Amino acid sequence: MLAFAIRRLLEAAIVMVAVALLAFVLFRFVGDPVNQMVGQDTSLEDRMQLRKDLGLDDPIVVQFGRFIWNAAQFDFGISYQVKQPVTTIIASRFPATLELALTAAVFAILLGIPMGVYTGIYRDSWLSRIFLSVSLIGISLPTFLIGILLIYVFAVNLGILPSFGRGEVVQLGGWTTGFLTISGLKALILPSITLGLFQMTLITRLVRSQMLEVLRTDYIKFARARGLSDKAVNFGHALKNTLIPVITIIGLQLGAVIAFAIITETVFQWPGMGLLFIQSVQNADIPVMSAYLLLVAFLFVLINFIVDLLYVWVDPRIRIHGREA
Amino acid sequence: MKFRTWAVAGALAVGLAVAPASAKTFRYAFQGDLNALDPYTLNETFTLGAMGNVMEGLTKRDKELKIIPGLAESWEIVDPLKWRFHLRKGVKFHNGEDFVADDVIFSLDRMRSPGSQIKSRAPADMKAVKVDDNTVDFVLTSPNPILHYEWDTWYIYSKKWAEANGATQAQSATATSLNPFALKANGTGPFTIVSHEPGVKTVFKPNPNWWGKPEHNLTEVIFTTIKSDATRVAALLSGEIDMMDPVPVQDVERIKSNPSTDVLTGPELRTIFLNMDQMRDELLYSNVKGKNPFKDVRVRKAFYQAIDIEAIKSRVMRNLATPSALLISPLLYSRSAEFKRHPYDPEASKKLLAEAGYPNGFEVTFDCPNDRYVNDEAICQAVTTMLARVGVKVTLLAQPKAKYFEKAGPTKKYDSSFNLLGWTPGSFDSWNVLANIAGCRDADGKGGTFNYGGYCNQKVEDLAKQILVEVDPKKRDELIFQAFTIVHEEAGLLPLHQQALVWGVNKKTKIAQRADNQILLYWVQKQD
Repeated sequence: MLAFAIRRLLEAAIVMVAVALLAFVLFRFVGDPVNQMVGQDTSLEDRMQLRKDLGLDDPIVVQFGRFIWNAAQFDFGISYQVKQPVTTIIASRFPATLELALTAAVFAILLGIPMGVYTGIYRDSWLSRIFLSVSLIGISLPTFLIGILLIYVFAVNLGILPSFGRGEVVQLGGWTTGFLTISGLKALILPSITLGLFQMTLITRLVRSQMLEVLRTDYIKFARARGLSDKAVNFGHALKNTLIPVITIIGLQLGAVIAFAIITETVFQWPGMGLLFIQSVQNADIPVMSAYLLLVAFLFVLINFIVDLLYVWVDPRIRIHGREA
Repeated sequence: MKFRTWAVAGALAVGLAVAPASAKTFRYAFQGDLNALDPYTLNETFTLGAMGNVMEGLTKRDKELKIIPGLAESWEIVDPLKWRFHLRKGVKFHNGEDFVADDVIFSLDRMRSPGSQIKSRAPADMKAVKVDDNTVDFVLTSPNPILHYEWDTWYIYSKKWAEANGATQAQSATATSLNPFALKANGTGPFTIVSHEPGVKTVFKPNPNWWGKPEHNLTEVIFTTIKSDATRVAALLSGEIDMMDPVPVQDVERIKSNPSTDVLTGPELRTIFLNMDQMRDELLYSNVKGKNPFKDVRVRKAFYQAIDIEAIKSRVMRNLATPSALLISPLLYSRSAEFKRHPYDPEASKKLLAEAGYPNGFEVTFDCPNDRYVNDEAICQAVTTMLARVGVKVTLLAQPKAKYFEKAGPTKKYDSSFNLLGWTPGSFDSWNVLANIAGCRDADGKGGTFNYGGYCNQKVEDLAKQILVEVDPKKRDELIFQAFTIVHEEAGLLPLHQQALVWGVNKKTKIAQRADNQILLYWVQKQD
């Protein structure tokens, strides 16, 4: 087990360096940050000096070395635009993204699993057809369109939910939370539906297909033959056995939800990391972009690592190299 | 019953006497962020406008952009090389300190500190001399009729406060640590900043001790960034915000048709124009080899006359643009009306091309930003089609601004043959235009750095030198007229239009829309 963990950690480190390298290569093509930092009246000499001071004129190898060296010490520099240390900015934006992602995930799970179970058991009922149509919409409509539609219905026409922002937030140590105020909770509703809809449909469809498969298996037939109640069969035996792949998907999707909240955050002006990232791309704010990409890579690696460990723990068949270390 | 009526009336009367009848919170949104609160570190309209509610310069500009007294009550030109400013007495900074001459002299030094982006606000060799606590002399080495034109956005810092907060230097762009003052502000202006979260929200409150007479009736102001166009529109329609900028042109009708909202439009100062590379001996990205067609005035005129500016105005800009014959807004130059565009005439254009030796046109690549100006990419597409009609095959390369300015500008040595640019002269004066976008430059960009086509005419250069020091307004305007005439006649650059300002407002809000697009809270009135 320990050997397994150590090997995975080494692999993770390699992945991180690879991401850093890729990100760095990409930054060659994002454009010139200097023009976005200075006003139009800044002289050419000052512009060139700024390029030099930022180290943009150094050889690429030198720049990459400096970047890795600083990143290893958690120093990502100062944002070209906000003029604050990148770590400070990301730390201040992280709670917003995490709260949104978790709410979206909870929404997706709480609705997705029951809908999947229902459509799996009652394949031909009209309610199943409605659920499946809704999930088709969730899969096929792009996120920004869903967001805009929700805004127009609930903010503009009905006027019951806010169209942008996080509402009032409460400061708890270094963390800001919107869970403790009415306006904060109201502000969470539309963005988390927008963000979670795709995941919800994914879970619904996954649980449904797994249920269909499991319900055909022999042990379910025997369970029914033994005269167990429908409830015990469907939930006690069938659902339990569908959940292993579902947990895997939920875990991986949580990373995706955090990393790709970008569009939802832009539509709802949600002050999280995704919005920060979009702005940094437009302004070629390289320190913010690089830190964000590394953080996202780190999150994925971390979640994968945990899922891998869970696998070994949950499913004895996977312990191929499982000689106790 | 009767008692209750009286009680209500009494409460109202007391309320009116003590404070405004109700809390009036003005909420507004802009597409960009308000980042550092140091107005010396970013020379950008929105930031300067937001900070102009909190800090003040020696001069101010009124609703029509006319220069009026600010922290200086009056000034006089003692001799062409010496300007005397009389400072307003009894003005206090938000932290209670008195405003005195030392603050002005300190602010001049700070404006010239290495991280400052507003060094161009005053000549580098100008000296400030304290006469007494309320009088400052500015001593020049050459006459400068527009010395104070940009002083409305050179905000005065409190010397003592800056020293106490380590803010004596502007935050450098490359500093490795954050100066704490970048998130604080202390000025003399009509509003104070209560809280500031960059990129999220900023809260202002009126300054009860302001020296002027407030024209607003607000008790609180909340600024939020809303980046997405559709969300900004939705927030206005739902009444969550009272004002927003800018309105995407395609949403103007939607906002007008909503009973509680309206659109404020007006001409903006920025002029959009096209540059043609006239420096290189062989045009880049073209099928013409060994020569540069843009060096020929007939080709430039042919391009000019191929552009149907009315079609761009009505189709692309939905009438939210004013076609222009000049590179400067008519609001900023008194004799603008004397210039007329070369008429749209595709036949004449074809003839000119044939005369120049290109009867079948030629190929050229057109660089264009797609997130910088109103409908910039759509304008470029229209121009591409129009040029195709006279036989010029244009390949359009539209890119985000960070990429566009890198390629077409000095960073990559003006790696472009034909491009679109917009310009607002920071000083609101023609000299700025003649120097920056029509002034000669070398291949690296020394000289007219924003002259992306490298247009150069020695006569225009000589006139610009005279304009810089000519003190008599009439003579000066005549010199400007001559210079603009040359640029116009030889179609050195192709002006298109001034784009319009489009603000969305709630009908309960009255706000003054100034042509420089600064959003100034001290002119906002909100009704119940």
